[in-house]
Amino acid sequence: MSLLSAQGVNVAYVPARGQRIWSVRDVDLELEEGEFVGLVGESGCGKSTLGYALTRMLRPPARLEDGRIIFDGTDIASLTGEELRRQRRNGFALVLQSGMNALNPVRTVNNHFADILKAHAREGESHSKADMRARGAELLGKVELDVGVLDRYPHELSGGMRQRVAIALALALEPRLIVFDEPTTALDVMVQRAVMKTIRDLQREQKFTAVLISHDLGVVLESTQRVLVMYAGRIIEDQPSRDLLVGEHHPYTEALLQCYADPRAETVELSGIPGSPPDLSLPLEGCAFAPRCPLAIDISQEVVPPLAPLGRGRAACHVRAPSTVEAASNGKHRAATVAVEPGGASRVS
Amino acid sequence: MSAELESTAPVGEVPPARGRADHDVPPLVVQGATKTYRGRREQVVAVDDVSFTMAPGSAVSLVGASGSGKSTIAKMITGQEKPTSGTIIFGDIEVNKLRRGSLRKYHHRVQMIFQDPYGALNPLHTVEYTLTRPCQNFLGLSARDARTRVNELLETVGLTPAEQFAPKMPHQLSGGQRQRVVIARALACGPDLIVADEPVSMLDVSLRAGVLKLLGQLREERGLSLLYITHDLLSARVVTDEILVLHHGRIVERGVTKDVLQHPQDDYTVELLEAVANPYAAVPGGAPAGESTTGPDSTESPSDAPPADPTVAQPAGEH
Repeated sequence: MSLLSAQGVNVAYVPARGQRIWSVRDVDLELEEGEFVGLVGESGCGKSTLGYALTRMLRPPARLEDGRIIFDGTDIASLTGEELRRQRRNGFALVLQSGMNALNPVRTVNNHFADILKAHAREGESHSKADMRARGAELLGKVELDVGVLDRYPHELSGGMRQRVAIALALALEPRLIVFDEPTTALDVMVQRAVMKTIRDLQREQKFTAVLISHDLGVVLESTQRVLVMYAGRIIEDQPSRDLLVGEHHPYTEALLQCYADPRAETVELSGIPGSPPDLSLPLEGCAFAPRCPLAIDISQEVVPPLAPLGRGRAACHVRAPSTVEAASNGKHRAATVAVEPGGASRVS
Repeated sequence: MSAELESTAPVGEVPPARGRADHDVPPLVVQGATKTYRGRREQVVAVDDVSFTMAPGSAVSLVGASGSGKSTIAKMITGQEKPTSGTIIFGDIEVNKLRRGSLRKYHHRVQMIFQDPYGALNPLHTVEYTLTRPCQNFLGLSARDARTRVNELLETVGLTPAEQFAPKMPHQLSGGQRQRVVIARALACGPDLIVADEPVSMLDVSLRAGVLKLLGQLREERGLSLLYITHDLLSARVVTDEILVLHHGRIVERGVTKDVLQHPQDDYTVELLEAVANPYAAVPGGAPAGESTTGPDSTESPSDAPPADPTVAQPAGEH
């Protein structure tokens, strides 16, 4: 059985006034134990929102509207309060994009560790100051930081060091799933490389399941075994990482790949993706990528393509991965959108 | 000095929003520029004896990791910082000696594009207001003329129809669109030199190509010089002809961008090249140039893409 299984996850941002933004739409997802999965897409495609939903970190105005998230046999989507906290202790953590914002500027690194260890101490577990300090030192060692960092304040650390501290904090409770939300985006290339190497080594050693959210396909391909490509709130491709550079893919995936080139090549030609992603407050009519897609056909405009086999993975494309069960493709999302429209906007916060 | 300035760019004269600048773009000569910052305990040498020349209309990239001094050089060129020693000469202007009024006139000719399009625009002002300011301040245009020019500028940077974008607030624009507004603002006073500090690093990969293309195109059409600061070697390759590699405030390597990237001489350049996380460049040891990289060309079918190097995306669990 997989460690985490998400079924029909829908997340909407519910503003005080106006339209709901459906940021994650009908996502089904399985994460196996010890797997390293990448989640890529342009900004606003819902990748971070999905990562937050999987770890139950969504805060209003974001709301998990629908779906089940089964972590190790328990549906965490419906848990609240103390039960959720206990479940968190057993298993999942999130590393945020910027270590700068994730750490409390007026507390030392040691205080951060103490907070987590105290808040989630198991019955009978010692949390004497000395023990917690020792644990903090051990965790810092794992992310290749000096013990001296324990007594430092976040502002005394460089961006790379802060990000390492954030990773060490995520490791503190020995989670089985860690979601890394753009862990290296704010860092310099060299530092980025070093931090990614640490993440890879840790994942290999401790065998936790990792989800790496990034807009940088390069970083993702270097580290992960499997890549999920998101577009307009849906997963539109799911492939082994090593297959992504060969063969045919979802046209969006191919377009993303064309945004990269080797700076050492004889001729370097970069192409962007013309147009912009669809308005997520509107229900999907057909394939969300169709207006920007060179391969779009008639059915792309009308029917939302389901994930269908392509190569060793799956893709949601009428052209590249034609599905035999087109009729089943109109997911819950459309019905859900229609249902909440009258009056739904004014109902919440 | 102010007399010298006026001789080349009279303030009342409006440079065209499109087409080549109506006066010659002078070269930029940086000679032995050094900048040290004095801390409480120690001195930090941010830029150490850097010399280079930018020919009129050239595009030069300045690459290096954070702390290599590339932004300090940019600040010295735009006059925000004064070099501790050395000179920076733009045409007949000695930039390191400028102050207040003359510096303001200098900014008429040298403009900067900032890294963060989210922070560089005042969230309380419309695009039109943001772009009208430099037109009125630097060019002394009337409100009506400024409005016409704003529309021209928006068209130049590809934000069309201009009438639709002019009344928008920054939060109504995407990152790529905001960066185009920042570029339009830099172009407003018809500068001869644009210093772009990591202009695409905050943007999605899918938007980068568009902004990079715009920069290249503007340089060509207007004949202005471009100093492009980045740690991203791929964008340096796309935008510029010459490259300067900075490490600890010193230039460790320089030359034609393509040559330097294909045959790096300095260890640090090699290290930078290897740090590029890029599906095509992630081949350890560096595959022979050209061989591994026919894939990204959009005219080819994806099946021509290079076979995945097994070491590129090795599943982490299999070691």
